[in-house]
Amino acid sequence: MALLEIKGLKAYYGQIEALHGFDMELEEGEITAVLGANGAGKTTTLRSICGMVKAAGTITVEGENVVGMSTEAIVARHKIAHVPEGRGTFVRVSTEENLRLGAFTRRDREIEKDYERVYHYFPRLKERRNQQAGTLSGGEQQMLAVGRALMLRPKIMLLDEPSFGLAPIITEELFKILGQINREEGVSMLVVEQNANLALDISKNAYLLETGNVAMTGPADKIMDDEQVRKSYLGY
Amino acid sequence: MDLFIEQTVSGLASGAIYACLALAVVMIYQAIDHFNFAQGEMAMFSTYIAWYLMDDAGLGLPFWVAFFVCIIVSFIGGAAIERIVFAPISDAPVLSHIIVFIALFSMFNSLAGFMFDFTPKQFTTPFGHEALIEGVISWHRAGMVGVTLIMLLLIYAFFRYTPIGLAMRAAAAAPESARLVGIRVGFMLALGWGLAAAVGSVAGMLIAPITFLTPDMMLGTLLYGFAGAVVGGLTSPLGAVIGGFMVGILENWMGTFVVGSQLKLTVALVLIIVVLLVKPAGLLGRVVVKRV
Repeated sequence: MALLEIKGLKAYYGQIEALHGFDMELEEGEITAVLGANGAGKTTTLRSICGMVKAAGTITVEGENVVGMSTEAIVARHKIAHVPEGRGTFVRVSTEENLRLGAFTRRDREIEKDYERVYHYFPRLKERRNQQAGTLSGGEQQMLAVGRALMLRPKIMLLDEPSFGLAPIITEELFKILGQINREEGVSMLVVEQNANLALDISKNAYLLETGNVAMTGPADKIMDDEQVRKSYLGY
Repeated sequence: MDLFIEQTVSGLASGAIYACLALAVVMIYQAIDHFNFAQGEMAMFSTYIAWYLMDDAGLGLPFWVAFFVCIIVSFIGGAAIERIVFAPISDAPVLSHIIVFIALFSMFNSLAGFMFDFTPKQFTTPFGHEALIEGVISWHRAGMVGVTLIMLLLIYAFFRYTPIGLAMRAAAAAPESARLVGIRVGFMLALGWGLAAAVGSVAGMLIAPITFLTPDMMLGTLLYGFAGAVVGGLTSPLGAVIGGFMVGILENWMGTFVVGSQLKLTVALVLIIVVLLVKPAGLLGRVVVKRV
């Protein structure tokens, strides 16, 4: 059984149905990409998993249905770290306090040690550890968002457009590190991305969303080779 | 010159009270973006609880026991008000909040009169009213400043150095992100209201020995507290505290040397208007840009 199993997922904003009942899976230790145009429902899918939108259907994590559970409970119980669109930085506290907040639900004594673990992936954050997080550059804030997610010691990371607003070179570096985190720590990842090439590069499987439905799914390399997909989403 | 020093020091003492109320108002403002108009009445009601705990007609407890019991009761009461009254309307428009604040205001005001009647009551001070420095400051006023400073330091340390304090700041500033790291935002908001009510109760218990205890005792004080909060910046707790002290001193200077004591309260209102016109963010506040 997959680590994360979505069946018949529907999501609603008020009266409007944004997702129309599709299935999706994330295997343990793997990276899966979720692609699609604006408004296809990528962000809504991630937000449903975290209990941040009204959803119907089942979302099973480690064998337990989380639909209807509060966000706080899902995060604490299933170690799901959501790196939201726009990074969700706590701008008025320091970099290190942001990391501390990422470990809020943990009660063990290794939190201090984990700062170093994050700094090992993102040395820039160490230089900025006492700086107010709002003064960090966009790239640094994105690293901080990933670092904050790591502080949970997550089983699953949900990444919403990690490349948003970043220079290409920084985006590439970030994806390299995401791949490294996945290999070294065995964290499963669901990555929503506009930059389909980059996402497919590090992913094993991929889903293509179109207006609230899954239009296509399969191994990432197959998706990448599909002519239709290339024309519509990869631009060559 | 003597008069100037006396007025300055006594301004510092009343400024301590305004600082407490300004801080309480700012703590709630940061969490829900609204001014709690009932903050003063909540503090007044807390003070009546302390009076009941202390008075011989009530429980007859020693001052400091009553002081701390009152803080705890106020904390629980403040948290309960958030959970029962404000949590259900958190998404409601501004006007709904204002109406509820006004309702709370008149409820506490009438309830205090109904339960404890409207005649002014004496409220004891553990410090005594004798002069500490002749012609400058009494023991009680010095005690007001001392207690306030200790409390402010404790609150600062709580928010700065404890995980719960950090989580409360995070929950107030970015509720969605806070939820995503597993913080129970509603719980933190209730804690914030509890803390604000506790801070207010201290202000009430400190000023009651000077003003006497009546259901209307906090009316003027709250306006000065608002002025302090606006002067310091609604987004900065430290600013609110500094603003509170500044308003206390300014009030006394203006009252003694410029406009006379009848127009003292007007000074607070003029100050609010001037600050909002000239520097809306206040002294230490920051301009917040919001996406709509």
